[in-house]
Amino acid sequence: MLQNEKLDELAARCGEWLKGTGPESDIVISSRIRLARNLGDFPFIRRCTPEDRQAIERTVSSRMEKLEGWEDVRYVNVAEVSELDRQFLVERQLISRELADAEGARAVAIDPSEQFSVMINEEDHLRLQVMHSGLDLTKAWDQINHLDDLLEGVINYAVHPKYGYLTACPTNVGTGLRVSVMMHLPALVITHQIDKVFRSLQKISVTVRGLYGEGSQFTGDFYQVSNQITLGKSEQELVEQVGEVVPVLIDYERRARQFLIDQSEQDLHDDVSRALGILCTAKKISSDETMHYLSKVRMGVNLGLIDSVPVKKINELFIHTQPGHLQKLHGRLLSSSDRNVQRASYLHDHLTQ
Amino acid sequence: MKCQHCEKPATFHITELIEPDGPKVLHLCEEHARGFLSQEAPTPMASVASALAKQLKLGQTKEELAELDRKACPVCGITFYEFRNAGRLGCPYDYTHFQKDLEPLLSNIHDSLEHQGKRPKRAAPSADRQAQAIQLRREMDEAVEREDYERASEVRDLLRDLETGDADPSDSSSTEEG
Repeated sequence: MLQNEKLDELAARCGEWLKGTGPESDIVISSRIRLARNLGDFPFIRRCTPEDRQAIERTVSSRMEKLEGWEDVRYVNVAEVSELDRQFLVERQLISRELADAEGARAVAIDPSEQFSVMINEEDHLRLQVMHSGLDLTKAWDQINHLDDLLEGVINYAVHPKYGYLTACPTNVGTGLRVSVMMHLPALVITHQIDKVFRSLQKISVTVRGLYGEGSQFTGDFYQVSNQITLGKSEQELVEQVGEVVPVLIDYERRARQFLIDQSEQDLHDDVSRALGILCTAKKISSDETMHYLSKVRMGVNLGLIDSVPVKKINELFIHTQPGHLQKLHGRLLSSSDRNVQRASYLHDHLTQ
Repeated sequence: MKCQHCEKPATFHITELIEPDGPKVLHLCEEHARGFLSQEAPTPMASVASALAKQLKLGQTKEELAELDRKACPVCGITFYEFRNAGRLGCPYDYTHFQKDLEPLLSNIHDSLEHQGKRPKRAAPSADRQAQAIQLRREMDEAVEREDYERASEVRDLLRDLETGDADPSDSSSTEEG
């Protein structure tokens, strides 16, 4: 396993889940599944001493190192890397904000294609995650299930005969499984239908969350659909539950996009083209504004109204213009106003190539 | 616009769609937004708190709840009160020790009490043995703290024996469950 390799090389390229391919990738950005696991003979993280955390990190890393096929897996000692590197890993969705901000021994193992990562000493001792581009839940489940089998072969998990896998928070007990599908739903937002659609979903045990604002998460017209419960249903049932809701939302979004085109294709074309124009020509631009216009451009590309930029490039720009990535790519720390100038220059270079 | 929780400017505007009475917009400063966004959706604390509130409504008196709050796990030492405040348990043995009190909560959150999913193919060490390991770890830390290095080293050896036993594949058998 590669130890604490420099993350600069990782910053310059694009993770597998951002490649913009996979089923329904015009609307579904990524499919993510995570499993929460704990070692049976240690307290949960909140009651761990610094020595316990070190012992967990050492135990897990030494056992993972012996796993077959793990020679190229990167191992990042999160406690030892810079704050900028931690921010970069959060933006890349390879670690959580909680792990970045925690104290004491903690780490993450990342496979070379960035399809899976294993966080050590997050809220649970282990958080396994698999991410794919587009709607690909079955493949993601098969992969994480295999990863879990490999790890349970060398680690004694905390398991209860009745409750299944034990977790620090009772909201994760049982399967420890959280399925999350990140969706881009700009037309539902423009047509003011988004709230109505999501209210109708509340009855069926899925959670939808929208984010807006500068931060380390996807923002703009992006919504995350995930399962609410983890106990009492099998992993396959939970995966299916989310998998059944997503096509309904895709259908709503497609209809809303068609509605916008039918109403006034010229207005829509003008709107997305202006957004691209601003991104190409601005001399300074905030993260919020970038997200806002990139979201419009992404829809324009998927509707065939803009053909000069591939969707993979747009997906990359969402990530590469975030503060941590921008500074990593620039090679030094930047103030907020310097970031705005640098962001505009980066967008210009990559959209006018 | 100011942050809803402090005097700093609100730079994050988050639309929360899981509230039962419709979408709710939050205006937060960077620090408060970070805390909010780092939580899982729905926030575990919110789920635990609302499940506990239902539990109280469903017949537990204040006195009964106060008594429950004082109950502590013999392995990790966490009290039910601490769990209620943090929304996080202290060790795997808590699920056994607080079983009776946790079940209404689990039922409220998940509408179920029985795991239906996969199980490790390899039998995990018994709950007692895992609890013993956690207790030995605590004892070792305490011995180091009071500078009783002789006892700390004895405990470390006991722990190592226990761990070696756990790590030995011949010690565990295939259960073929799930």
